Amino acid sequence: MTMTIGDIAKLLDCEVQCCEDRLNSEVHTACGSDMMSDVLAFVKDQAVLLTGLLNPQVVRTAEMMDIICIVFVRGKKPCDDVIKLSAEKNIVILSTSHRMFEACGKLYESGLHGGTK
Amino acid sequence: MSALEMRYEVPGNDFTRAGEASSAIKNKLKQMGIPPGVVRNVAIAVYEGEINMVIHASGGTIDVFVDSDAVSLVLRDTGGGIPDVELAMREGYTTAKEDIRSLGFGAGMGIPNMIKYTDEFKINSEVGKGTVVEMKVYLEK
Repeated sequence: MTMTIGDIAKLLDCEVQCCEDRLNSEVHTACGSDMMSDVLAFVKDQAVLLTGLLNPQVVRTAEMMDIICIVFVRGKKPCDDVIKLSAEKNIVILSTSHRMFEACGKLYESGLHGGTK
Repeated sequence: MSALEMRYEVPGNDFTRAGEASSAIKNKLKQMGIPPGVVRNVAIAVYEGEINMVIHASGGTIDVFVDSDAVSLVLRDTGGGIPDVELAMREGYTTAKEDIRSLGFGAGMGIPNMIKYTDEFKINSEVGKGTVVEMKVYLEK
């Protein structure tokens, strides 16, 4: 089953914060963490990152890892600088009111897995 | 003499800008047509190094050398140095304070990640003088 960023936005009732033109991109794997070094420890392809952390280093981490979408959980909304940086890097930002565990669970249940190498 | 040499300055004590040098290096390597997997490995390793320079050493310099067989990186700082390098290389060992951990780093994975994504890794540190990290990622595995 293939899932797109748009599917994730629907499943988690997300607000799209930037890069709406990439909603059709396919997502193959996901990870959920507030610890960026843990995110950096496992390479994934076409991945989405779920996090509750809001600083610019989340976007930088996603950039280094070629992560294509960031989902901010627990109703958090990043500041304009973070959105601007993400838009520059062509990384979609979504915000959901779901908490981390629920958000990950919903995606997992819908067929999106960790896919660590 | 390498085919291409680049130097990047890493400003210290400005966590919001940490990663700018790594981002510039990543873009440059991509433009040069270096294989995407190699670019990503270099980017992750250098980013971890850059974060460490900002957190622990108030900045430094990153030199990048691109040759026909590998991308080499030399990260230099004039920070406080690492008293026990072997300990610092262990997964989970950290001296970062809670404020850094709340920013998503300082989990003791920086050096282990640098080792994981590179083919050669060397670290030399002298207390009171600073740290030099040398890393190499081969273009062909």
